[in-house]
Amino acid sequence: MKDRLGEFLIEKGLFITAISSVVIILLIIVFIFSEGLPAMESYGFLNFIFGSTWDPSSGQYGILPMIVGSMGITLLALIFSVPLSLLCAIFMAEIAPKTVRKIMKPVIETLAGIPSVVYGFFGLIVLVPLMRTYFGGTGFSMLTASIILTVMILPTIVSVSEDSIRSVPSEYKEASLALGATHWQTIKNVIFPAAVPGVITAIILGMGRAIGETLAVIMVAGNVAQFPSSIMDPVRALTSNIALEMGYATGMHYSALFATAIVLFMLIMILLVIANYFHYKKKINVGGGYL
Amino acid sequence: MNSKYIILILAVLVIISAYMFTPKGNYETLQIAGSTSVQPVVEKLVDKFQETHPNVHINVQGGGSGLGIRTVNQGIVQIGMSSEQLAPEDTTGLTAYQIGKDGIVIAVNNANPVNNLTTDELREIFSGNITNWNQLGGPNEEIHVIVRESGSGTMQSFQNLVMGQTKIEKNAIVQSSTESVKQAVKQDPGAIGFISLVNLDSNVKALKVNRVYPSQDTISNGSYTLQRPFTLLVKGQPEGITREFIDWVLSPEGQAIVKQTKVVPVNATT
Repeated sequence: MKDRLGEFLIEKGLFITAISSVVIILLIIVFIFSEGLPAMESYGFLNFIFGSTWDPSSGQYGILPMIVGSMGITLLALIFSVPLSLLCAIFMAEIAPKTVRKIMKPVIETLAGIPSVVYGFFGLIVLVPLMRTYFGGTGFSMLTASIILTVMILPTIVSVSEDSIRSVPSEYKEASLALGATHWQTIKNVIFPAAVPGVITAIILGMGRAIGETLAVIMVAGNVAQFPSSIMDPVRALTSNIALEMGYATGMHYSALFATAIVLFMLIMILLVIANYFHYKKKINVGGGYL
Repeated sequence: MNSKYIILILAVLVIISAYMFTPKGNYETLQIAGSTSVQPVVEKLVDKFQETHPNVHINVQGGGSGLGIRTVNQGIVQIGMSSEQLAPEDTTGLTAYQIGKDGIVIAVNNANPVNNLTTDELREIFSGNITNWNQLGGPNEEIHVIVRESGSGTMQSFQNLVMGQTKIEKNAIVQSSTESVKQAVKQDPGAIGFISLVNLDSNVKALKVNRVYPSQDTISNGSYTLQRPFTLLVKGQPEGITREFIDWVLSPEGQAIVKQTKVVPVNATT
């Protein structure tokens, strides 16, 4: 009798803890939407999304330049970091001797533990002057921000994809080697394809961090709410827009910042859906994929 | 096994109740929030004030002039800090105490040979009509305009004092604090930005505006025109500890500390 009561309590206790994260997310969504929708309604959803001028002092709330900015920074950062981190993960999982791996793993994990303000400060002091010297302009640019983000998301992608490469069953590798394939052929044609779903998860996580990063981007991106004409132009990200003006905003402006958060939220949802679709599709193709 | 849990739960309960039932009547609290430009000055004042008033707990928070005005109006804080020229409709129901005057310094890179600009030239630069330093007698170097985010007290004062109705060019780099404006100017030979006199140091070069160099003297006698008031705001009439603090800030002792922070003291109520 006592055991059954214990079981019951533990079961319900676990259920409550599990449901609490869902409840918290729902509460946040409800709050963001209730604060942000008034601005979208009175300014017009399409005007808000596709407007190209952000000038709160004259009542203009168009966030398209910032959507472009956020997407541009994230895309560039992924272009730089995905090849780098995948090759690094393959090296660590397959090629590196144990001792090298023992050193590299904690080093890369430390990279993930550095606070973003430190990255931002490093970017401001070191990278911005370098960019100005070599590429001209002010040095504050989409490219500068994406380089900083590349370093920031590198550890996430490396460690998650390394785990997925390592969890490919050793039978796959052994069978391939037994058939006479070289180590590189095995990695390229057997191990990596089997690990692709996990690699996609790693990229999604990295992308999520890149698009949500605020502080480091504020410090190096220049925060100009204009369409960039090249990757050397300063841009403002959606997150930066909220963080920069939240302290001062009142009324319509305040609500418009929450509406910016709604757009950011939807953007991340769309990216997640796309990424999950590929994750699912690849999983079917591989057949025996374990992740 | 079970007794361990019971002890743990009891311990938590004791801690919570101890926290809840601690007598709070022993000291008074004073909440201050607002402009990040005024914040360092008020923090210095608070440090000194607490030496003689150990029973008062004072919290000083940033957040911007707008936040200061809003929260003091809502009664969330007792004192709001503002660094803007206040319009009468901003301060309805509030009492404003000016604690000092601050200068807005036009900062350029130390390597920049230009020493003096007029207000008209500044307006042309920040609105994007003058784009190269050689138009102002400097080297052939593109001008990089650095401003603050919209809503910042420093930005709004600059807009009012220099730009008037003219808009600041849209390509200007936005930095989120005085320190990062200074960093950006320090590194870039073509940069121009504006900072508060309080934050001026050897990392950047201050320009004369209309042939007057910004200093405590020129701000005090009014010849340096880019200046703004630092104000403490109180809802209604101040009472108790709020009154005591403000009176002390405006006393010679408080004003001497204001002066130490490079802010120009004014001993007057506005």
